[in-house]
This record gives sequence, C-alpha cells and structure tokens, in this order.
Amino acid sequence: MIKVYTSSVIDAPAEQVWARIRDFNGLPGWTPFVAESRIEGGLPSDKIGCVRNFRLKDGGMIREQLLTLSDYDYQCSYSILESPLGVDNYVATLKLTPVTDGNRTFAEWWAEFDCAPDREGQLSRDIGQGVFQAGFDSLKMLVRR
Amino acid sequence: MIRVTRSAIIDAPIERVWAILRDFNSHTAWHPVVAESVIENDEPADQVGCVRNFTLKDGNHIREQLLALSDNDYVSTYCILDATLPMQRYVATVQLKRVTDGDRTFWHWQSTFDTPRGREQEFADLVGKGVYEGGFEGLRAFLRRRPGAPAMQTAGGETMATQGMVVSRFGGPDVLEARPLEARSPGPGEVRVRHSAIGVNYIDVYVRKGEYRMIEPPAPIGMEAAGVVIDVGDGVTHLLPGDRIAYACAPPGAYVGLRTLPASQVVVLPDEIDDETAAAVMLKGMTAEYLLHRTHLLRGGETVLVHAAAGGVGLLLCQWAKALGARVIGTVSTDDKARAARAAGCDATIVGRDYRFAAALHDATGGRGADVIYDGLGQAAARENLEALAMCGHWICYGHASGPVDRLSVESLGQKSATFSSPVLFHYTADRAVLTAMAQRTFEALRQGTIRLDIRHRYPLSSAAQAHRDLESRATIGPLILLP
Repeated sequence: MIKVYTSSVIDAPAEQVWARIRDFNGLPGWTPFVAESRIEGGLPSDKIGCVRNFRLKDGGMIREQLLTLSDYDYQCSYSILESPLGVDNYVATLKLTPVTDGNRTFAEWWAEFDCAPDREGQLSRDIGQGVFQAGFDSLKMLVRR
Repeated sequence: MIRVTRSAIIDAPIERVWAILRDFNSHTAWHPVVAESVIENDEPADQVGCVRNFTLKDGNHIREQLLALSDNDYVSTYCILDATLPMQRYVATVQLKRVTDGDRTFWHWQSTFDTPRGREQEFADLVGKGVYEGGFEGLRAFLRRRPGAPAMQTAGGETMATQGMVVSRFGGPDVLEARPLEARSPGPGEVRVRHSAIGVNYIDVYVRKGEYRMIEPPAPIGMEAAGVVIDVGDGVTHLLPGDRIAYACAPPGAYVGLRTLPASQVVVLPDEIDDETAAAVMLKGMTAEYLLHRTHLLRGGETVLVHAAAGGVGLLLCQWAKALGARVIGTVSTDDKARAARAAGCDATIVGRDYRFAAALHDATGGRGADVIYDGLGQAAARENLEALAMCGHWICYGHASGPVDRLSVESLGQKSATFSSPVLFHYTADRAVLTAMAQRTFEALRQGTIRLDIRHRYPLSSAAQAHRDLESRATIGPLILLP
C-alpha cells in the first residue's frame, strides 16, 4: 500500500472552494484533464454510493464510487472501480480546511492504493502532480479574486 | 462551551515549525505574550504529562499540562490545570500539516473552554487574537530572525577541515600547539557545529597538565563553546542547521573551529544571549546554578564564603548568592580583585595570597563562621575552611586550584556536624532534562540581570597558550574567551 499526499493553499474562502468541488459529477468544470462525466443510473451526485463515469482528455475511462461526502468537514472520499491506471484498492480523499489568517483555504488530496512495485514512483508522480496538484492549480485560477 | 479555532500558513517547512512547537517549553523564545516558562520538576519538554508554568507579560500565571504529543502526526494537545484567569476545562490542540505546494506549513490551533457567563466574547478574543493570532505572528518573526535550514537535514556531508589548539604532551602552556584537524560528518545522535566563541576554564589547565586524565595527547582541550549548527545526525530532534547553540561538557575538545559532538549536551541559545556571553557562561554559569540551587539550596540570610571571588565562577556566585538574599564574603588575592568582587555584590572581602582567612572571616561574622563555603582552592585551604565553617555548615569543594583535598577525616567534620560535598558539573548535566533546566535558569538569570558578565579577556584561538599563562598567573578578572 502506498500513499500519495498533496496539499496546497487556495486564495479563496473554504465555502467558496467547496462550492466548486462538491459536485461529484463536476470534474469537467474544474479539472484540466476530464473531458466529460456522468453519474450512473441517474442518481443524484451527492448520494453516497453513486458512481461517476468519466472520460479523460487523453481518452481513458474511469469509474469512481462516492464513499464520503461531508458538507460539515468539506471532505469527499471515493474509490476507483475501474481505470487504465493499473491500481488496486485505490481510495482517495479531498479535504478543505479554512485558514482563518487571510480567509483562505488549505486543500489536501491524498490517495492510498496498491500497484506493481516498479510502477510506484511513476504512479506517485502522475497522481500527486499530474492529478492532484494540477487540480489545485486549476482551482487557484478559477477562484482568483 | 466556547470553541476557538485559528489557522495560518507559515512560510517554512513543517520540520522547522514542528521543531519549535513540539517543545512545550519554547514559548518565551517566540510567543509575544509569554514572559516566563518553566517545566515543573525538571521534566523533559516532550514528556507527556509534564506541566509548564507560564508567567504572561500582563502578570497572569497559567499552568498547563501536556496531554498528547505526536511526532508522527505533528499534534500537541494540552490543557490548563489552573490559571489566574477565569477559564475552565480549557483543552487545546496544535496541529501542523505539510503544504506540499511550496514546502510550507498549515498550522491549526483549536480549543474549547468555559468562562463566566457574559465574558464569552472577551475570552474568545483573548485566546483567538491574543494567544493564537499573536502566536502566528510571533513565530513568523522568530523564523525571520532565525531562518535555520530549509528542512530537517540529515547528515550526509563530508568531513570538514578545521584548525584547533592541541595539547602535544602534558605540560605547561607551551604544549598548546595549533594543528589542522577534521570535523567528521555527524553520526546518529551527534551534531556538527561551527564555533564562534570558546570559553577558557581552570579545568582546561588541569587537563593540559595531565592532572585530569581526560585526554591522551596529542588532542585538543576545552569544555565549552558557542556557535552555529552545521548539520545533525539521525535521531536528533531538538537541533536544526542554523540554530545558535552552546554547550559545556566532557570530553574535552572545544579549542577548535569546527566540532562534532553528542547533541544531547547541546542547548539552543535564546536570541538575547550573544555568542561571547554564551561561551563564557555555560560552564561557569551552570556551575553557579547547581552550587546555589542543587548541591546546596541557598536560603536568604545564610552567610556564604566564596573563594576566588573575582574569578569566572566566583563573580557569578557572588552576584547570584547576593540576589538570593545571602550575606556574601569573598576571598581574593589583590585589591583590584577585591573591588571587582565588591562590585559583584560581596558584602566583605578578605585579601591575601597565603590561604589564611578563617580568623578574618570569624571577625566579619561575629565569630559564627560561614554557613556555606564555595571552595575552588582545594588542599591548601582545607584546614582554614574547616575552621571558617559555622556549626552545621556546608563546605562545597568544586575545584582544587592548589591540589585535591586529601586526608579529610569524618571526625573533623563531626566536630561541627559539617557537610562536605565534592560535586562535579558533568554529573549534574548528564541528564538532559536537568541540563536543560540548568541552562534555562542560567539564561533567565542573565536576562533578569541577576548575573552579569564583563568579558575583559579575549584572545585569538591561536593564542590559547597566552590565555592559559594569564589565567594561571592569577592576573585575570572574570571570564576568558577564545575567538576562532
């Protein structure tokens, strides 16, 4: 089991950042790498257990299931059901915490998963920088005040 | 119940911030509202359950207990045990998280507590703004003053070349020779430091002569120094590269530019203590600390006799004993030194070079004698010391410039129900918690002006032999330091 952890500071209040990211079906609206997304079975995107089925801009398809959604803690966890990444037991959490000093947001995104040992380094970089940090960088642009 | 939460981003790596915040006794160095902090019972500051005693700058007192500490999660939880402020059931948690984007630190500080009805807002502001937000700014200012290194650096560096003063063979001052030396990369539990000032002590003379067999020549001598941390070995958590530090410890080896030594003996210097003062005060100041607070707990009203009262330790003993309310009588060898001793708080001085002082002391005390004798002279003064001692007095022999005391009989002590102590600094400082408490009390005494150092004798490190000549000629007043 390896863990990838990425954190950043977004220069906007936490409730504003949360409004951007709480929609489990909303990845195309704020990440730079998702082309389109739908929730399977027509379920609401904030129903725990719902599955988002999305297509990456590079063509890959991923199915992820919502495990936790907390409007109280500004936190969302999900697992990967199917993907071309070659990972098993993948569970990720995205969490926001208000920074009272400056009314900003501390954003954390981490994942734990299993993979082939020789792919750990590459996958850690791809997920930590290519997905999580890229998502944060995109959010910073979107909420710029 | 009131809940107060504040959080901030600190522009420093989490290891740097945590090294400060995990120390339950660090607040006087960085928090703007804390004037004094003492850990009770000399416990280590990372001992879960330890109690710190705060005096705030507004005069309030707060006792807080460490409930949880995690180096893994960067969490510290503590509660108020009692306070002069009306706050009940106060429990607070400090948590740090790494901001990987930019290698910064997220600091979350939260508490819950109760206060009298109607004063909730007042105390929420006091805690949130005064303590937490004030703390964020205080720590930022502290880090600007002492940036340290970008991260907890583990040693992996090369051996570094340096110069040192080496005892080539046991003998007089001339056996001290300048030689090229090396400071190796620090191993587990070690630190490598760059000296900025080095203290000279009489023990260095004993070591140089071979009277204390603490080295095998050729080897550098020296017991204390101040400087800056270059790098640290595995398992060292209380020091970071860039920290200003000082130490006083065996084995000898401080007369060098760079040195690798056990980190457990090294303490971080408060901002307001400069390097020269630190190099001059560590061994002598901590010696005075244990002589007055540990070997003998000096009480106001006691009469103390301080030998070599104008020497490095003597001047500190006079000042500190006087501040504790004792009557202080000093022996010195010259009138110049008598003036220095009186300026340091001596109520009376006895001038002479012949180790005859008991009669003069009895005159000065109406025949009663001294309750405590602080004796760095040793054998030549032994008989007079016994005579000078009051009934039930305490003779503390912490040095022996004239040779070690021998042939002291239990019977001779029994004639006055006297106590004889032969303490050694390094036995007290062997326990890091005690060392930290001793250094803190010494620094606090400097801050308060209880003890002051007038450094009149500075030498280049390469002139260590001259420093020894001067020290042995009994011509110096106060501390001597070497500058690399």
